Amino acid sequence: MRIPLSWLREFAQVPADATAEDVMAELVKVGFEEEAVHRPTDQLKGPIVVGQVLSLVKEPQSNGKTINWCQVRVVPEGQEQTLTGKGIDPSGVQGIICGAHNFVEGDKVVVTLPGAVLPGDFHISARKTYGHLSAGMIASVRELGIGEDHDGILVLSRIGLDPEVGTDAMALLGLYDEAAEINVTPDRGYAFSIRGVAREYAHATGTVFTDPASKVAAPASLQGGYGVKLNDDAPIYGKPGCDRFVARTVRGVDATRPTPPWMVSRLRLAGIRSISLPVDISNYVMLELGQPNHCYDLDKLSGDIVVRRAVAGEKITTLDGKVRALDVEDLLITDDSGAIGIAGVMGGANTEVSDSTTKILVEAAHFDEVSIARSRRRHKLPSEASKRFERGVDWQVANVAAQRVIDLLVELAGGTADEAGTDVGTAPDAVTIELPAGYAASRIGIDFTEEQITGSLKDLGAIVLKDEASDSYVVTAPSWRNDLETKEDLSEEIARLVGYDNIPATLPVAPPGRGLTRTQQQKRRVVQALADAGLTEVLSYPFVSKSANDTFGVAEEGAARTALKLANPISEEHGYLRTSVLPGLIEVARRNHSRGFRDLALFEAGSVFLPDGQLGTASIPPLGIKPSDEVLDGLYDGVPDQPLHIAAVLTGHDSPAAAGHTPRAWDWADALDVARLVGDVLGVELVVSQGSHQAFHPGRAARLALRAGDVVGYAGELHPKLLAAHDMPARSVALELNADALFDAAPDVIVAKHISGFPVATQDVALVVPQDVPADAVLAALREGAGELLEDVALFDVYAGKGIEGGKKSLAFGLRFRAADRTLTADEASAAREAAVAVAAERFGAVQR
Amino acid sequence: MTDTLPGAAIPNPLDEAAITAAVEEAVAAIAAASSLEELKAVRLAHTGEKSPLSLANREIGGLPKEQKAAAGKLMGSSRGRVNQALAARTAVLEAENDARILVEETVDVTAAPRRRRAGARHPLSTLQDRVADIFVGMGWEIAEGPEVESEWFNFDALNFKPDHPAREMQDTFFVEPPEAHLLMRTHTSPVQVRSMLEREVPIYVLCPGKVFRTDELDATHTPVFHQFEGLAIDKKLSMADLRGTLEHFARQMFGDEAQIRLRPNYFPFTEPSAELDIWHPGAKGGPRWIEWGGCGMVNPNVLRAAGIDPDEYSGFAFGMGIERTLMFRNEVGDMRDMIEGDVRFSEHFGMEI
Repeated sequence: MRIPLSWLREFAQVPADATAEDVMAELVKVGFEEEAVHRPTDQLKGPIVVGQVLSLVKEPQSNGKTINWCQVRVVPEGQEQTLTGKGIDPSGVQGIICGAHNFVEGDKVVVTLPGAVLPGDFHISARKTYGHLSAGMIASVRELGIGEDHDGILVLSRIGLDPEVGTDAMALLGLYDEAAEINVTPDRGYAFSIRGVAREYAHATGTVFTDPASKVAAPASLQGGYGVKLNDDAPIYGKPGCDRFVARTVRGVDATRPTPPWMVSRLRLAGIRSISLPVDISNYVMLELGQPNHCYDLDKLSGDIVVRRAVAGEKITTLDGKVRALDVEDLLITDDSGAIGIAGVMGGANTEVSDSTTKILVEAAHFDEVSIARSRRRHKLPSEASKRFERGVDWQVANVAAQRVIDLLVELAGGTADEAGTDVGTAPDAVTIELPAGYAASRIGIDFTEEQITGSLKDLGAIVLKDEASDSYVVTAPSWRNDLETKEDLSEEIARLVGYDNIPATLPVAPPGRGLTRTQQQKRRVVQALADAGLTEVLSYPFVSKSANDTFGVAEEGAARTALKLANPISEEHGYLRTSVLPGLIEVARRNHSRGFRDLALFEAGSVFLPDGQLGTASIPPLGIKPSDEVLDGLYDGVPDQPLHIAAVLTGHDSPAAAGHTPRAWDWADALDVARLVGDVLGVELVVSQGSHQAFHPGRAARLALRAGDVVGYAGELHPKLLAAHDMPARSVALELNADALFDAAPDVIVAKHISGFPVATQDVALVVPQDVPADAVLAALREGAGELLEDVALFDVYAGKGIEGGKKSLAFGLRFRAADRTLTADEASAAREAAVAVAAERFGAVQR
Repeated sequence: MTDTLPGAAIPNPLDEAAITAAVEEAVAAIAAASSLEELKAVRLAHTGEKSPLSLANREIGGLPKEQKAAAGKLMGSSRGRVNQALAARTAVLEAENDARILVEETVDVTAAPRRRRAGARHPLSTLQDRVADIFVGMGWEIAEGPEVESEWFNFDALNFKPDHPAREMQDTFFVEPPEAHLLMRTHTSPVQVRSMLEREVPIYVLCPGKVFRTDELDATHTPVFHQFEGLAIDKKLSMADLRGTLEHFARQMFGDEAQIRLRPNYFPFTEPSAELDIWHPGAKGGPRWIEWGGCGMVNPNVLRAAGIDPDEYSGFAFGMGIERTLMFRNEVGDMRDMIEGDVRFSEHFGMEI
C-alpha cells in the first residue's frame, strides 16, 4: 500500500517536515514493514514553471521534419525575471525549439528551464539547435515522469488548468508530494486505505486521528433508489455472498472533464493510473476509505440489479475485454441482460462508463471474503477490489463511500445526485469478545495498567465495558476490524499499541532433555566422517527429470521406482522428486568440471521420495480441532516414505598432484571403501556382492546388503555410457546408501571381546577357484571352516595367468590364528588351516596351489 | 695396512717405559682418527692381535711365575687405557656421524606435497548443527519430519484458513494428484504440529530442516532452503519468555553484545505475532537491524488442533532461515553460492563456520 503524504496529512498529524522515511519509521512500530519510497523530486528538479506560448514559427527542415521555434513567456508580463543562471533570459521570455505540434500560440504549457533535471538524469541547458539557441524545453507528461502519454506536450488547459504564467509547475502538478510504501499483512484489510493507515499512524505517534468517514455527510437511510435484490441461494460456509448493496445515482455528469491534477497526483503516487474522471473518483474513494466501488452507465442497465450465483454455462465479458466462462460458485452482479460484473472482482464491459455517459449508478457493496477469494483465484483476476474484499472491508462504510463518490462526481463532473438511493442487506452481528482482566498481562508478560488496556482498545475504535462481576472486559470490535475475534487478538493489539519494545525478557527453563537422538547422532557422525575422509558435502535440489529417476532410482534389480510428480514445478524438465541423490550430485560434479575442477569427491545426505501404497488423503480435517486417531493415522499413512540417503561421486584423482606426490585415480574399489567407511562409523557390516544397476558398469557394481539380507545400496564404477552422456570423466565412481536402514541396523550395545595375549600363528594359503567365484564367498568359507581359532583372514593377492588353468584364478589369503588360553602349536594352526581349506574346497572346488 | 707397526719390536710386558710408549702412541692415534673408518684401522693397529700391546700381552705367558702378576697388572691397565680412549673416541665420532647424516637428510619442508584430500562440510549443515547444539544445551530436543507433507500439517493445523490470502502467500509446490492433498512443506512448522501430537507437554523442541517455495533461484531467493523453528509449550509461557529465549540464543550465536528487536507482524499460527530483527554491528555499510525471522505466541487454534487445552497451556514459536543467517553472519553475498555446490564454497569453510 502506497501512502501519499499529502493525503495522510488530511487525517493524521504528520509533521510538516516529515519525509516518507520518517512516516515509515513510525508505521513499522505498529507492524507495517517498509517497502519503498516514491518521491518525484528524487528524479525531477526545477526550475520548471508555467509558460505561455507567445509565438510559434513553423520551420521546415531539410530532413523533412518541421520544428517550431517558440517564444515562451515564463514570467508574468510586466514583472522581472528573478531567476538567474546560464540560459535564463532576463526578459522573462525564452526562445525554445519544440518538435511537437499539439499546441498553438497562447497555450499555457510546462517549461523546463535551463538548470532543471528530468527523470533519467536529463539535464536541461541552453543549446544551439536548428539554427537557434533553444533555452529550455516544453515538456510532455512522459518527460516529466508522470504519464505514458506520447501525444505531445502537456497543454494545461486540457487538464482544466489556467494558472498564472511563472507558477511553479511542480507544485501545480503535485510533484513535491511523496509516498511511503508499506507492506500490509493479509489480516489487515482495513489498512489498504488512507483511513486505516492514518489511524495506525496516530496509534504509532500518539497523535490525533480524524476519521475521513466522519467528514462525509451520508444519509442515515436510503429509499426509493434503483432496484437491487440479493438472491444468494448457495452461500459458502453459510455466509451470504453479498450482505449489503448501496446504490446511488448522479445525473447530468460530464464524463469527459479532466481529473484535477491533485487527484491525478495522489492516484499516481498510490500506484494507480488516471483513466477518466468517473473511474478516477471511484479509485480515489476506494483508496481513501477502503471501500471498492463501481460506476455503471445507468443508461446501459436494464431492469433491477440482482446479486446471485452464476448458472451453469453463463459467460461474461469483463472490463478488460475478455470473455470469461463462469462457475456456479461465482457471485455475480446481474440485470435483465445477464451478468454485468463478477462481484467484487471485476465489472462487465457492457455497462462501463464512457465519455458519453451522463447518468451514473454508483455501487458500494459488501461481499463475503471467501466467495471473492475463490472467484479471483478461479479467474486469475487479482484486482484492487478483490484484494480488499478478500481481506475484509468495513460493512459500515459502504453508504459513506457511495456518498463520497457522488459528492465528488457532483463537484468535479457536474450533475446532481438523486435524493433517492438504495441500501439493502443485513448488518452482521457485532463481534463481542470477553477479555479477562489479567489475560493480556499473562500472555504478553507486561503488567498492563487498566488505562493501557482500555485506552489501547478504545484507540482502535472498540467499545470497551468492564464487567466487574467476572473481572473482565467486554470488548466490541470496530466494524472495520474483522481480524479481531479472540482474547489473543486483543492481547496483541494492546501489546502493539503499548509497544513491543516494552516486553521484558525472561528465560524459561526446559525440563531435562535427552540430547540428540541416536539417529541424529548417527547422521552427524557419518556426515562428519565423510568430510574428514576428504569428501566435500553439497546440498543439491531434489527436483529431477523422469529419466534421471528411471536411471538412478532402483527399487530392485533393474526396476525403476515410481516417483512423485510436482503439480507446479519450476521447470517441467525437473518436474519429479528424486528417488536417488545421485542425479543431483552428478549435476554438481558437472558444474564443477565446467569450472575447471575435475578431481572431485562429493557427497550429500538428503531425503529421497518413495511413493508406495496410500498417497495422501482424499480430504483433510478442519482447523482448530484435533482429528480423531483414525483420521490422524490416515494423514500419517498418506505421507510417502522419505528415507535419508547418503550418496557420493568420485571423479578424477584422489588428491592434487604435487612435487613428490603422484595422485591416484579413483577406481571402483574407492566407492566400496567410502561405503564401508559409512558402515564402519555406524558399526554395521556391509555384505558385498556382485550387483546389477543400470547406472553402473555391468561388471563393476557392488550390491551392498545388511547381514540379514536387506539391500541397502550400490557402489562401483558408473556406466561408461552414462558418464559419456553427462560429459563426466571416464571411470568416475559412485555409491548410494539408504542411511535410515543402516541407522536401524546399527547395534545398540557391543559386547566386549576377550583380548588374548598369546602369540599369533600365521598361515598363508593360495586357492585356485573358477573365475566367477567371488573372493568374498571364498573368504567366508575359510572363516567358517577355520573355526574359533581364526582371529582374522584377509585376501592379499589375486592372480590369473601363467601357471593357472584357464577360467580359473588364484586367491591368496593370510590367516591369523590365536587361542585365548595357550600358545598354539604349528600343528594346531595347520589343522585349522586345512579345515578352512576343506570348506572352500567343498563349496567352490578350491584347490590349494 | 698390516697388523703390526713396521719395524717395531715386541715390547717386553715388564718394560713399563716401552709399554707406556706404546699406549701413548695408541692414544695419540685414536685421538687423531677423524672418522669411524680411520678409527677402525687405528683400533686394529693398536688393539688387534698383532698390535704391540697384544703381542706384549701374549708374552706374559712365557714369563717366570713371579713376574706374571706385575706384567699382568701393567698390561691390564695399559690395555684398559687404550680401550677407554677407543670407546670415548667412538662415541664422539658416532655422534658426529649421526649429526652429519641428519644434516644431510634435510628437506625443504615448505615444498611438502599435500597427499590427503581436504574434505569439507557444507556451511549450511555446519551452521544447522551449531544452532541445534545451542538449544540442546538449553535442554531442548531436536525434532524432524517429512519434506513431502500432508496439507493439513502444513496449513490447516497451523490455522491457515482454506481461502485466506495468507495460504497463497506461501508459494507452495503441490504434489500430484492435487486430490491427495500432499505438498512440499513450505516451513518446518508441520514438525511442530507433529511434535505436539506425539509428545507430552511440556514441550521444548527445535525443528530444523529443508523447506520449499516456488521462487526462482536468484541472488536472494531459492526454491529450496533451510529453516529452524523453535516451539515451547508449557504452563504460563508469555511473550517475555519468547523474548528471553531469543535473546539467549542470539547471544550464544553472535556474542554477548547481540541485541534483538520485536516488531508486530502477522502469521496465522501465532497471536500475537512478531518480526524478529537482530542488531548487526558489523554489517556491510554500517551497523543496522537485520530481519532475521518471525515469532509469536502459539495461536490457540494450533494447540486445539494438537489436542492441547489452550486454557491450561500456552506456548511460543519462532523461526529463522539458515541461509539468511549464513548470509549476514558470514557475509555470503549471493544465494547461488550456497546452492550450486561449487567445491570452492564449501572448502573455504572446511569443517568450521
